[in-house]
Amino acid sequence: MDHVNIFVKAIFVENMIFAYFLGMCSYLAISKTVKNAVGLGIAVIFVLGVSVPVCYLLEKYMLKPGALAWLSDEFADTDLSFLSFIMFIAIIAAIVQLVEMIVEKFAPALYGALGIFLPLIAVNCAILGGALFMQEREYSTLSEATVFGLGSGVGWCLAIVALAAIREKIRYSNIPAPLRGLGITFIITGLLGIAFMSFMGIQL
Amino acid sequence: MTTQTVETSKKIKAPLISERNKKLLAEPLNESNPITVQILGICSALAVTVQMKPSIVMALSVMVVTAFSNMVISAIRNTIPDRIRIIVQLVIVAALVILVDQMLKAFVYDVSKQLSVFVGLIITNCIVMGRLEAFAMGNKPVPSFIDGIGNGLGYGLILVVVSAIRELFGSGKLMGYKVIPDTFYEMGYQNNGLAILPPMALIIVGVIIWIQRSRNPKLIDQGK
Repeated sequence: MDHVNIFVKAIFVENMIFAYFLGMCSYLAISKTVKNAVGLGIAVIFVLGVSVPVCYLLEKYMLKPGALAWLSDEFADTDLSFLSFIMFIAIIAAIVQLVEMIVEKFAPALYGALGIFLPLIAVNCAILGGALFMQEREYSTLSEATVFGLGSGVGWCLAIVALAAIREKIRYSNIPAPLRGLGITFIITGLLGIAFMSFMGIQL
Repeated sequence: MTTQTVETSKKIKAPLISERNKKLLAEPLNESNPITVQILGICSALAVTVQMKPSIVMALSVMVVTAFSNMVISAIRNTIPDRIRIIVQLVIVAALVILVDQMLKAFVYDVSKQLSVFVGLIITNCIVMGRLEAFAMGNKPVPSFIDGIGNGLGYGLILVVVSAIRELFGSGKLMGYKVIPDTFYEMGYQNNGLAILPPMALIIVGVIIWIQRSRNPKLIDQGK
């Protein structure tokens, strides 16, 4: 039950886009058509689902104060937590590279569709944000961290697909010229965020 | 701490002020503002702007990281192999961010707690990466440093404006001091709770873009 709670919370209540604005840059840049948005969304779900548990293991067995105790007693009070940024970003860059190679080998069609977006995920704030939130909120088991990673990815994917669909429709409306493009996209995202706030306080 | 480093660096390059350098410093404030025109670094810009104090600290941190990473990358730009340049850039930026993070934890601990993960997220802040790719990889260290300062200032300007609006209407304060007098509240004025909530930041930035583009029609999207 706890896992369902974390999953739903990560999708709706603590949505990466609407509650924390993580991954906004690619969110605004790639949301022009639904097709690309779906592709990027799936890639983000995948990378978050893999990298958050890996970062969890890294945090638990290497970085936390006293985490190195399994190696030998000498390290029982070593605190490497100041290294977490550099370790997490290295892990994420490596995983993205790996995902890129796997997708290229086994699903060339998807690889062609994702194109440049796949390597760009490494610098998507949502991925590093997922890892850092996992560290800050101290999830207690590996499965909880995995569920949180997948949930945040699904929430991000939902948000970008919704915005892409709206932007496809809004092309037919008459928007004041200075507001066209970026301006109206910001305001739409704000309104979507207000809609998402109705999920606040949901407990499962 | 951070302000001091910036001031001294300005003094050092005082004789270096040429037309080009001045342009590098001034353009990001308006015509090529990183947030409203280049669409870089929006993630953190919106999340930290509930109050003015954390957003000023954030703006200073981003400025320091952008300026110094620009300088370092530009100094070693000819020795970086092209294929692995993203990883090299990430490592340098991450090292600088760790320095800033430790500094914030030591001197302004409460603000650092408030910023939570967003200090770490400067690493993936698109402003830093974007300027590294677009400017530092092709220019000398000194102009790159100034470009970093300029873009940091442009980013900070939007952050301060948005946070001032949100703090004033959301909690009736500026920098943590009460601005709206009690008589207003007695007459029935109420703080606008919506301004504190995240969606309002997006709408305010949208309106800023609207105002900027209607004053400067060159920036209007021609696409559709």
